[in-house]
Amino acid sequence: MTALSHAITQGSLTSGRLPKFATPVAAVAGAILGFALAVIFGGGNLGLAVLLAYLIFLVAMEIAARVIEGPRQAADRRARHLIVGAFLLALLPLASVIFEVLSKGMARFDIGFFTQSMRNVVGKGGGAVHAIYGTLYVTGMATLISVPIGLLTAIYLAEYGIRNRLSKAITFFVDVMTGVPSIVAGLFAYALMGLLVGPGTRSGFSGSIALSVLMIPVVVRSSEELLRLVPNELREAAYALGVPKWLTIVKVVLPTAISGLVSGVILAIARVIGETAPLLIAAGFTASLNNNLFANPMMTLPVFVFDSYAHPGTDVQAYWDRAWAGALTLILIVMLLNLIGRLIARRFAPKTR
Amino acid sequence: MSIKPFAVAALVTAAALAFTGCATNEATPAGTGSASGSQTLTGVGASSQKAAQEKWVADFQTKNSSITVNYSPDGSGAGRSAFIAGAAAFAGSDRPFKDEEMGAGKFAGCAADSNALDLPVYISPIAVVYNLDGVTDLALDPATIAGIFAGKITKWNDPAIAATNPKAKLPDLAITAVHRGDDSGTTNNFTDTLNKLAPTVWTEKASDTYPAAFGGEAANGTSGVIQAVTGGAGTIGYADASAAGKLGKASIIVNGKPLQPTADAAASILDHSKTIAGRDANDLAYSLDRTSEGVYPAVLVSYAIVCQTYKDPAVGALVKSYVGYMASADGQKAAAEAAGSAPLSADLQAKVKAALDSVK
Amino acid sequence: MTAKLSSTPVGSAAAQPKPGPDPKRPGEAVFRGLATGAGILILVILALVASFLLIQGGPALFADPAKLATQGYGEFVSWVLPFAFGTVWAALLALLIAVPVAIGIALFISHYAPRKLAQPLGYLIDLLAAVPSVVFGLWGSVVLAPAMLPLFTTLNSSLGFIPLFAGQVSGTGRTILTVAVVLATMILPIITSLCREVFLQAPRLHEEAALALGATRWEMIKMAVLPFARPGMIAAVMLGLGRALGETMAVTMVLSGSRNITLELLTSQNPNTIAATIAQNFAEAFGLKTSQLIAAGLVLFLITLAVNSIARWIVARRAQYSGAN
Repeated sequence: MTALSHAITQGSLTSGRLPKFATPVAAVAGAILGFALAVIFGGGNLGLAVLLAYLIFLVAMEIAARVIEGPRQAADRRARHLIVGAFLLALLPLASVIFEVLSKGMARFDIGFFTQSMRNVVGKGGGAVHAIYGTLYVTGMATLISVPIGLLTAIYLAEYGIRNRLSKAITFFVDVMTGVPSIVAGLFAYALMGLLVGPGTRSGFSGSIALSVLMIPVVVRSSEELLRLVPNELREAAYALGVPKWLTIVKVVLPTAISGLVSGVILAIARVIGETAPLLIAAGFTASLNNNLFANPMMTLPVFVFDSYAHPGTDVQAYWDRAWAGALTLILIVMLLNLIGRLIARRFAPKTR
Repeated sequence: MSIKPFAVAALVTAAALAFTGCATNEATPAGTGSASGSQTLTGVGASSQKAAQEKWVADFQTKNSSITVNYSPDGSGAGRSAFIAGAAAFAGSDRPFKDEEMGAGKFAGCAADSNALDLPVYISPIAVVYNLDGVTDLALDPATIAGIFAGKITKWNDPAIAATNPKAKLPDLAITAVHRGDDSGTTNNFTDTLNKLAPTVWTEKASDTYPAAFGGEAANGTSGVIQAVTGGAGTIGYADASAAGKLGKASIIVNGKPLQPTADAAASILDHSKTIAGRDANDLAYSLDRTSEGVYPAVLVSYAIVCQTYKDPAVGALVKSYVGYMASADGQKAAAEAAGSAPLSADLQAKVKAALDSVK
Repeated sequence: MTAKLSSTPVGSAAAQPKPGPDPKRPGEAVFRGLATGAGILILVILALVASFLLIQGGPALFADPAKLATQGYGEFVSWVLPFAFGTVWAALLALLIAVPVAIGIALFISHYAPRKLAQPLGYLIDLLAAVPSVVFGLWGSVVLAPAMLPLFTTLNSSLGFIPLFAGQVSGTGRTILTVAVVLATMILPIITSLCREVFLQAPRLHEEAALALGATRWEMIKMAVLPFARPGMIAAVMLGLGRALGETMAVTMVLSGSRNITLELLTSQNPNTIAATIAQNFAEAFGLKTSQLIAAGLVLFLITLAVNSIARWIVARRAQYSGAN
């Protein structure tokens, strides 16, 4: 009762707040206690120390908030601390991955890596230029195949076949397609090209087909969502001016959604550019540069990375250095694509001001 | 818009990279199959040969700059399948074709009346590698190795291990035995060794697949095994000796003598073994005899599989010269340096050469 | 009403109730045809993939078990069952780890982080979706597995009475729990970026109304954001699940897989996944073994199909109850 009357006289919105410095103080105290406990009982295990520190901090704040601020505020604080905790926890593996790639990839991230192939190279030296081109060719072709098919399908789903049976079937099977295991896509492309061209055909184009099977559903899914977000008023305005439906889509709907469409495509490229298993089967393996997408095996970066890791010669370190440098290059290519995509989107997006 | 200059620079770099279309270490852009004078030879097969093939390809291409050789380390089974389908001019395989798989007309790349030939080109000892703090020297008899990998010997200070290593300080630590999780010729040869030398302990027959009943830790590929052994504590595994790196390699005790997996101790195994009976004189498929005096028993012999007569004589000529280089004294020496393999004996080199001379 | 207006464009003949293919406008027919054709093409591709799996895997599915025992990997169902279990089990564990964390990150970016921080963070997370699986595999086996080992030993010695943590601890840390963490890290960006988009689209008015009524931020999220976002969140989780089910390379490189069904998380004897089994054994497979592996691919395909059907069903049910839209 006294607490309530106190709250009423003081004004409930301002009363009973933990001071602002409570959070950092509790965090520091939790850290010290957690580390001390870890040293005493856990043999100084860093992971254990951080976990203990976090738990102590959570419990301390919970008790303090419950006593001073009441259960609702305590729940709010608990949620916030858990969410921030989840965020920090997730940063841990992600930062570790990036640190690992950067620190180990820099050893061979030099001019030679970007100007030489592995033709006639054994042991040290050499580069991945054949794999970089291969990846650009194969992924570029896959994009050329997937984007028109995916985008047109998305247009059909969002604009034409609203809730009819065909569109329901397509939506369902596109979802199924997102789950086609990547290696199956590779085997499929290999078998298909074997039938069409000749047994055992391996080329960059086969790789593109395998990647397209994986890429199309991602393009459809993201594009469809974005087309649906375009306000109906825009379409209606165009119809009112006598513009036919297809021109409305091309001139009004697509430009409105272009920024999201582009980032959807980039995400789809990012999803497939790192695929290893299908390319190993469909595009094959070579140490030389191949500029012809339609004949002979073509090397790609993921295959290069995997092979350098899995089949090193006697000079293991040289191969591993190249593997990490290849991984770093792959990530940088995706970053670059992302950047280009954003620029394109900005260039074509309708001016809103 | 502070992001723009950087973005433009990045774009220009990317564009520059994308349009040169060449690699500085390659004289002409290779792989343009239809261009006159440039030829491509495709081999598919065992990943065990990969390091050696890389060296052979490099040497061969240096001498013949208009030829591109692609050896795809897809695996022995994939190599044999590709050879049957005519997708590969030659296959690398950790085992020869079986009798029922041979036969004239079964191979799409060969002439209708042509059989295949199995030619040994790559011999490599399989090392028993281990990672145990403070122990640098380890000698094990086959029964002990079989016991460890079969999960019957579970501690490093087991009396069976101590008996052959009186000087080593063996800790009271659990043994983690690492085996290949993927099917492989290495597993086949290793399990065959254990089955031949310690049949009472290793009751399973030789197989590409590690027997599931024996448990243990699985890792993918040679480098996976090496990595698992390196990364763990008290681990033991088997892998191509050349891949062992800094890991300890246990000696295998045969007839009372400890043998290290050296090239010398391994190479002579084919001289003590017989070819499989009932085949063409030029077919050099061996059934290995692992019990000979002074021969390291765990050895992998990998083959190049070629046609007796190729449908396309041009391909036949290419294969002849390339595989001929592989089996030559120079080629074997180069592979020994680059891949740590055991060179074929001079006698066997001559036999392979004679067989290749018959190839059309 | 607006829908009705839109379907009768001014200027077109009044007799024409719907904007269908207009003979005077061939562009319309062509475009509509192209869009429909693309949709049908996708169905054709998927049918081709399915028939490829059936044709190539068929010999193993319909083969005599005795023949499979000698030339293949053994009787099909008992061979594939542990892998099917491993696939679902690893993906489920990965989801258990990833979903709470991903939702936490998404909420942090959409509702907690300062606005200046939120966009770069979102970009960073998107980028991580692009890290190739080979890299995750390398990282998992070189960095994560040894790092997890002390934790595994502690769990086993203190909580070993729980079946999950029982058994002989692996000496290398390459267990299904490590794989689950790797998979969780891989699907985290996917789930996060979709959830974030959905959270950002929660109606502003509802949020502000909740805050105006005195709700704390968490109560506002519980009342105004999460109910609205639930279908989208389920879709995100399912997308992540699809990725986890089909992931090949990372599992291949990290897991010490075998062929048994067990719930123990810390031992060397983990159930392998279907995708990893195919990738590992395809290289050496020959004849009937190849068919058997492709038939396993068909099983994985069916598992994915089932998961997607369940997801659709859940989303459809939820959509009826949620007040969104």
